[in-house]
Amino acid sequence: MTRLQKSIALLTLVGLVIVAMWLGERPARETIQAPVTSNGLTIESWHTRNGARVLFVQAPQLPMVDVRIVFDAGSARDHAKAGLAAIVNTMLNQGAGEWDTNALAERFDSVGAQSGNSTARDMAVLQLRSLAEPPLLNKAVKTMAAIINEPRFEPTELERVRKQVLLGLKNQLQSPGKIADKAFYQALYRAHPYATPTSGETDSVTQISREELLAFYQQYYVGRNAVVAIVGALDKHTAEQLAEQLVGKLPKGKAARDVPQVSELSEATTVEKAYPSAQTHILVGQPGMKRGDPDYFDLYVGNHILGGSGFSSRIMKTIRDEHGLAYSAYSYFLPMRQEGPFIMGLQTKNDSRDQALTLLDQTLREFIEQGPSEEELTHAKMNITGGFPLRIDSNRDIVEYLAMLGFYDLPLDYLSTFNSKVNAVTVDSIRDAFSRRVDPGRLLTVTVGQNQSE
Amino acid sequence: MLKLAMMWLAGFSLLVALPGVAQVHETKLTNGMQVLVKEDHRAPVVVSQVWYKVGSSYEDLGITGISHVLEHMMFKGTAKYVAGEFSRIIAENGGSENAFTGRDYTAYFQQLEKSRLPISMKLEADRMRNLTLPAEEFSKELAVVMEERRLRTDDNPRALTREQFYATAFVSSPYQNPIIGWMNDLKNLRVEDLHAWYQNWYAPNNATLVVVGDVEAQAVFELAEQSFGKLAPGEVESPKPRQEVPQNGVRRITVKVPAELPYLMMGYKVPVLSTAKEEWEPYALEMLAGILGGSNSARFPRELVREQQIAAGANVSYDLFARQADLLVIDATPAQGHTLEEVQQAIASQIARLKTELVSEEELARIKAQVVAHEVYEQDSVFYQAMQLGMLETTGLGWRKVDEYPEQIRAITAEQVQAVARKYLVEDGLTVAVLEPQPLNEKTLASAKE
Repeated sequence: MTRLQKSIALLTLVGLVIVAMWLGERPARETIQAPVTSNGLTIESWHTRNGARVLFVQAPQLPMVDVRIVFDAGSARDHAKAGLAAIVNTMLNQGAGEWDTNALAERFDSVGAQSGNSTARDMAVLQLRSLAEPPLLNKAVKTMAAIINEPRFEPTELERVRKQVLLGLKNQLQSPGKIADKAFYQALYRAHPYATPTSGETDSVTQISREELLAFYQQYYVGRNAVVAIVGALDKHTAEQLAEQLVGKLPKGKAARDVPQVSELSEATTVEKAYPSAQTHILVGQPGMKRGDPDYFDLYVGNHILGGSGFSSRIMKTIRDEHGLAYSAYSYFLPMRQEGPFIMGLQTKNDSRDQALTLLDQTLREFIEQGPSEEELTHAKMNITGGFPLRIDSNRDIVEYLAMLGFYDLPLDYLSTFNSKVNAVTVDSIRDAFSRRVDPGRLLTVTVGQNQSE
Repeated sequence: MLKLAMMWLAGFSLLVALPGVAQVHETKLTNGMQVLVKEDHRAPVVVSQVWYKVGSSYEDLGITGISHVLEHMMFKGTAKYVAGEFSRIIAENGGSENAFTGRDYTAYFQQLEKSRLPISMKLEADRMRNLTLPAEEFSKELAVVMEERRLRTDDNPRALTREQFYATAFVSSPYQNPIIGWMNDLKNLRVEDLHAWYQNWYAPNNATLVVVGDVEAQAVFELAEQSFGKLAPGEVESPKPRQEVPQNGVRRITVKVPAELPYLMMGYKVPVLSTAKEEWEPYALEMLAGILGGSNSARFPRELVREQQIAAGANVSYDLFARQADLLVIDATPAQGHTLEEVQQAIASQIARLKTELVSEEELARIKAQVVAHEVYEQDSVFYQAMQLGMLETTGLGWRKVDEYPEQIRAITAEQVQAVARKYLVEDGLTVAVLEPQPLNEKTLASAKE
């Protein structure tokens, strides 16, 4: 019950330009860098006895601890049972060890700890924020350890969660944005595991059995499949103990197999869905790039100019400022284990759909053919590098960043080299990368709204 | 502030070692502009926010949404910087920026590396008095705002229900109108209306500057004087008090729109800090909201969602810092196989229980533990800290209420929770809205057109 959240529910912002940052894998996060010299962010990394990677930053200023535990157990591991990974993750805190769901919630709340879990395509996440005072922290950590190590997967709780998930799926059907998102991933990835929605499908969710949950949990919630990120007011020794307590007793297990390669779209594809909304939601894109991609910086900086920097970006200027067609208009690359999507998106009143699509297409083609101007590139570099300190100005930012680094095996100097890599990008290298990686002749276009092309 | 705080942490006889909560430095420029500074030296960053005392609750029917449209237009140029320049300069300096409009305030912010603070102040000072409001930019931006309305409200069945709910609950209070404005009002808004609105409210004596980050308070004061100090004060008329007329009986509405799931909203007329005769009452209501729905161990998630499984979700919201008397709102979605009526009844039983049975010490202790922890957690975000100060200063309560909050919550007793439940959670002050889903098929395609 934070006071601010309540008030924020009543706000309306001038710009929804940060929309991409809130998506599952947080595309903006990969740009974070640690200025080791300027604010002394020192990352320590080690493995637990059973092979889990730990990343730790000591932050003594506030008496609190943030922990983010990530398993390679996202919905890309669902196989034929869409929604399995998410239900396993949800079920972890519905009864664990000696405590039922209510007792677990009471234990966290009684020490003011905040816990959460979430599932994306690549990863399953558990997080904990607690005061650092040992008795409080210990109670919170002991509770979280039970959730990770001893989930009960009780049949009655499973049935309740199943109903909740099914209702959640129905809820998505009353959101044109969610319908568009789901259709986009399905058409983009087809037979690839990234195609299925993380929250599952009605049929698969109805069928998932307790045995399947257990099997999934036993296979993927193992030491070698885990990354633990810790930031807070504790020393390294305490962090080591904390990591061992949380994941050290899990079986070593095996690291999950590679996610299959993503195949390109062979031709331009359009998916139109009729929906009784005032706006048409538009998503246009292709498979984009991986984490650690050799073209990463060229595509990242290029996209910043194309549609990734809010009011400064070409897409926003064209769609919103010049034509008043949409409130939110953007593009982003979502780097994942394999090629995550490159997406351009907007929502506009149904009558403007074709005009918006044409403008989006023109903006992209022009960018690919000509690349950015020198001035745009300079401006983008100033924005990205000049704003660097904002990206790691809180423990919450740092812990998310550590988990991402650990999960995708990015080098620890990723931070200290980030700005120099951004500065090394040129107009030519952006044009070269975009011309190789984005083909305007083979785009997937998804629209959800009241169609005029019938 | 922490003296006796820990007794309630049953089983722990220790003091949580909170860091010295940073002091707020305060000054007022000669032109009447309020300046608040809080130093936070953890990272070399700064957040700067300018808050204006104007928002949708200052608007009359016919021009609803004007505060928010003006907020958009604040990015569309001054005599010195043409449309888009503000954003370009902030971006070039590595900053991120945005703005937001609420019922009781409009605020603008920049987050920057600390050495860039003068740039944002200079630009904010410029647009406080020198906005040009070009007609051609206005017509395009108005179209953008209408798209925003379609996105947030018109295509969102719950948001539509919420809008109707507030319009029903309030008869004479400006809280009856949506922040984004009614579509018809937006369509008929003229740029002249905006000029007048800007003249009325955008002046240093109607604004508060809040700066939080790796700064020295004195240096910020000097900077504020240089940037904003030369601006002439305006003649700002206080808004007329538009109190809600007494409600003498339950109000019920049905909202029929294409949707998949039914939805329920219940709101009780309650006092807030700015209207309460007894200052403890809003804190008791805050505690009551926490007991019912404030966390995962609260009564709604525990009993309605997990044990009885009548609701798929049930929440409580209450804004004790609102400028005018407000609602304590409960919203819920029935679980599969359960009806809106059953959910309403289950909620009614929960409320009846609050009136007859004292809440347990454990429940109170859990809420208080969360409040203490939150006091620490919120210091992890400079933005959040600035936001709290700005909001309280702007709604007229004063920023010191931030510091009072934990103590006041800690002082609340089970008897006080029961007392406010008996006094305010009564049917004569209740408004109920139910969303009755209509099929999302071709039939509704035609009728759903705006």
